[in-house]
Amino acid sequence: MKVAITSTGNTLESNLDQRFGRCAYFVVYDTDTKAFEFIPNPNIDAEQGAGPASVNLVASRDVQKIISGEFGMKVKPILDSLKIQMVVLKDPEKQIKDIIEMLKH
Amino acid sequence: MNPPIIKGFKPYGPETGKHKIELVNLLYEEYEALRLSDYDMLNHHQASIKMAVSRPTFTRIYASALQKIAKAFVEGRQISIEGGKVYFDSDWYYCNDCGCHFNNPEKEKSTKDCPLCGSNKITAFASENSMENNPDNLCGDLCICLNCGLEQKHQSGIPCSQEICPKCNISMKRKRNLNCINS
Repeated sequence: MKVAITSTGNTLESNLDQRFGRCAYFVVYDTDTKAFEFIPNPNIDAEQGAGPASVNLVASRDVQKIISGEFGMKVKPILDSLKIQMVVLKDPEKQIKDIIEMLKH
Repeated sequence: MNPPIIKGFKPYGPETGKHKIELVNLLYEEYEALRLSDYDMLNHHQASIKMAVSRPTFTRIYASALQKIAKAFVEGRQISIEGGKVYFDSDWYYCNDCGCHFNNPEKEKSTKDCPLCGSNKITAFASENSMENNPDNLCGDLCICLNCGLEQKHQSGIPCSQEICPKCNISMKRKRNLNCINS
């Protein structure tokens, strides 16, 4: 299963980005192959519609779960209809490698 | 909206707990109105759009939130934040181990473990007052036609004056649901 995590940078030491639509990078982590991939978010400076555009980006990678600090009003109904699970973690200090470690439970 | 991180507030001091007084129930929408208006510093118009209600309705919710909080302060009551006519997009859960919130997009299957740390110490954020969360309950305002007396359920966000009575073709008026105010 693939999981998307919003990240402030492109290393495993980066922190969890508290925003979904305008995060700096998405980390797509595959729990089966343990592979991960950093995708820069093209919508970071978008005036509006950053959330739905970001959903399209991660949905095209067949992600089934997204971990972020907050999801906007426009994003929630789209993710609901796509049956993508939202995980809200309000901890800006959390590093990407910690989260990947937690996912290995 | 995201659910509040706490369930309420308790007063402290020598006078608290001496009289068994009822707590003040702050509804989720009132919490959200206060958060948008005074924490996120949005104006009432922007906040009403976020909550998908009309601007006057938002102001009513906000005024009710302030009134309840003032009541709790002055009378030394506990505040509990729960209930209300809120639309959670899906069932939300809270993990007691890693502190994350998550939803369950597969409504058919029930969730037992945290998707992040795998702990089974999860709490459902489901509607404790499911009656109040049900939009079809009796506790809502009505639109009434003053000519023929026809009543219909008020749709939040649409002023009653824009609703047209199907029989008489005149605009309708707001009617407060009295069962609701007394309860």
